[in-house]
Amino acid sequence: MPFGNTHNNFKLNYKVEEEFPDLAKHNNHMAKVLTKDIYAKLRDKQTPTGFTLDDVIQTGVDNPGHPYIMTVGCVAGDEESYEVFKDLLDPIISDRHGGYKATDKHKTDLNFENLKGGDDLDPNYVLSSRVRTGRSIKGYALPPHNSRGERRAVEKMSVEALNVLEGEFKGKYYPLKSMTDAEQEQLISDHFLFDKPVSPLLLAAGMARDWPDGRGIWHNENKTFLVWVNEEDHLRVISMQQGGNMKEVFRRFCVGLQKIEETFKKHNHGFMWNDHLGFVLTCPSNLGTGLRGGVHVKLPKLSTHAKFDEILTRLRLQKRGTGGVDTASVGGVFDISNADRLGSSEVEQVQCVVDGVKLMVEMEKKLEKGESIDSMIPAQK
Amino acid sequence: MAGSFARVLSSKRKVGILSLVGAGSLTVGFFMNREQHVSAGAHVRRIYPPSAEYPDLRKHNNCMASHLTPAIYAKLVHKSTPNGYTLDEAIQTGVDNPGHPFIKTVGMVAGDEESYEVFADIFNPIIKERHNGYDPCNMKHPTDLDSSKIRGGLFDEKYVLSSRVRTGRSIRGLSLPPACTRAERREVERVVIDALGGLRGDLTGKYFSLTQLTDQEQQQLIDDHFLFDKPVSPLLTCSGMARDWPDARGIWHNNEKTFLVWINEEDHTRVISMEKGGNMKRVFERFCRGLQEVERLIQEKGWEFMWNERLGYILTCPSNLGTGLRAGVHVSLPRLCKDPRFAKILDNLRLQKRGTGGVDTAAVGNTFDISNLDRLGQSEVQLVQTVIDGVAYLIECEKRLEKGQDIKIPAPISQFK
Repeated sequence: MPFGNTHNNFKLNYKVEEEFPDLAKHNNHMAKVLTKDIYAKLRDKQTPTGFTLDDVIQTGVDNPGHPYIMTVGCVAGDEESYEVFKDLLDPIISDRHGGYKATDKHKTDLNFENLKGGDDLDPNYVLSSRVRTGRSIKGYALPPHNSRGERRAVEKMSVEALNVLEGEFKGKYYPLKSMTDAEQEQLISDHFLFDKPVSPLLLAAGMARDWPDGRGIWHNENKTFLVWVNEEDHLRVISMQQGGNMKEVFRRFCVGLQKIEETFKKHNHGFMWNDHLGFVLTCPSNLGTGLRGGVHVKLPKLSTHAKFDEILTRLRLQKRGTGGVDTASVGGVFDISNADRLGSSEVEQVQCVVDGVKLMVEMEKKLEKGESIDSMIPAQK
Repeated sequence: MAGSFARVLSSKRKVGILSLVGAGSLTVGFFMNREQHVSAGAHVRRIYPPSAEYPDLRKHNNCMASHLTPAIYAKLVHKSTPNGYTLDEAIQTGVDNPGHPFIKTVGMVAGDEESYEVFADIFNPIIKERHNGYDPCNMKHPTDLDSSKIRGGLFDEKYVLSSRVRTGRSIRGLSLPPACTRAERREVERVVIDALGGLRGDLTGKYFSLTQLTDQEQQQLIDDHFLFDKPVSPLLTCSGMARDWPDARGIWHNNEKTFLVWINEEDHTRVISMEKGGNMKRVFERFCRGLQEVERLIQEKGWEFMWNERLGYILTCPSNLGTGLRAGVHVSLPRLCKDPRFAKILDNLRLQKRGTGGVDTAAVGNTFDISNLDRLGQSEVQLVQTVIDGVAYLIECEKRLEKGQDIKIPAPISQFK
């Protein structure tokens, strides 16, 4: 079980060969990196809260591979996991984040004024714009490992911080376990409600324990700024609206986040952050900015063009279906977002989205007129 | 408790002394019983008072939720078994699964043999409720695998389509599926298939490891209805039993496909004797013979089954303690099943009905799975005799109804003999 440091000392009675997982049929980042030597070196270690190597890798052992995406196959149980298990996690981080080295530094830039453009994406094509990230509260174990007491404390602190927000950010908290039917209906039709995870990637990491205790949704009155509490991370912060004004979405995102952080700091709690990994989150794939900025955009012609995937790669973007990370696209509408998380700042990543989407909409228009887009294909960014 | 410890230490494994120190006991000594106010950057495990950790069970309907008071929780939360299994792990499945529509679930599991001792304050009332009043504090459980004592047990095959007896066995000294490490699970597999390899005569058979099944073998096992798949029921997955699937899981069966053993599914082993038709006597005879032979073979190598006289055979789920035995038939009762007295007749005979798809299915047509209600407090022989006598009575009723005669509800049979 992920919770508690049980059995680890007892496991050491067995030899490495006896405990090493069978990864013969596996295809995830953890399985590519974990060797018997690394296992031997790390198996007797624990973080201060008692998270162990087997806790880190359990999800990757239980889930050999995903059809659409190369999964990470490991999680952190607390901030120190990234330090204690660096011999395993640094190579995984490097694989996942484009060669990011153990000595590299990550820069944070939440100054929305540094974003150029982004307020003029054509709403005939760009249906909606959204930026999300995650934040972890320093000193508290993460969702794979926290106890009910810790999770409830995170909820309490988060709600206190959010209730202080004013003006465009004034809002209300809806705890999952005491939601009325009417509230639930409303949150579903707003597409805000998150449900108990069903993905085995999350379940195997122990993140759904005690559901729905300590979980909830907070949003402002305009429904443009939304916070999920205790889902896959302590906090997931989302700014969104219909149409293509990514500039406004990003402004609200930056301002809201910084106000939340100020309130936490007043209570002597910061967010988990360091200058190597940026913001520390449960899944190594979300390190750095933890930011996914994206749009739902109609690209029926471009998406069937032979070079679509290559264009995306060069623009440092990724495509998903409009249902989220592990879905397929419907009706030529794609979710297009930044591919990078670590090694570039928030402003840089959103800039990629803004510039890239603008270019792709122009390409779509060209293809509609029957013209070629070959001259528009960009160089690798 | 001292007795089982002696067995653990004498078994042929090296048990590190460190492993006998529970993690929980160290933590209690170190922290006081209130939250430590930690400033950002300090490195300690947050310890909350039990009241802050106590699960919210207000919408729950399972045996654990019915009996886990805040006082019991506070008393047990910082304890752990010698291998480090804790109360929170034991109850996780009941916290995560508030209730099942067809049956009141147990809502907690054991991670090892010692769980039933260390967490006795919660297990005992659950056992008493689940096992219809058997009181583990002052009763003893009888074990009897002498199949020669069975009377009757040859059913009319016009009514009885198949007969089956199953139970589980755990290997003493190795943790149970919710808590076992990969090495322990692999050791269970090794010990059991080593023993099964020693079976002879009509019990000679073969092992199919889930990690190495060929497509052809898999298809054959599916056609035989022998293959078990990775658990999907959240009752099982929330307790951690599906970890590392399919590592060290497998199926063994004899060449005649009448004796089958599942390895490392919900228990270390599940042992099943079955055949088409109504010869329950032969099914039980083979069951007892096979089980006793396997026991002899593991004892030759210095191993034994988990058992004590308070709880009988120790298995992962408290519902399977005692005999762990479910003996049943698939029986066609087209008239009786429509009679309003059917449920009461079953009750008084101490039988339960299920659909032919298993524990959480509904019946299809007029064919039912009829089996013993009880597991703990009566021996294997007693329970199988109960099934035999009861099914014979049900068939009698069906025959009487066929002839237009009336039937009687039998007097309730006594539970603890």
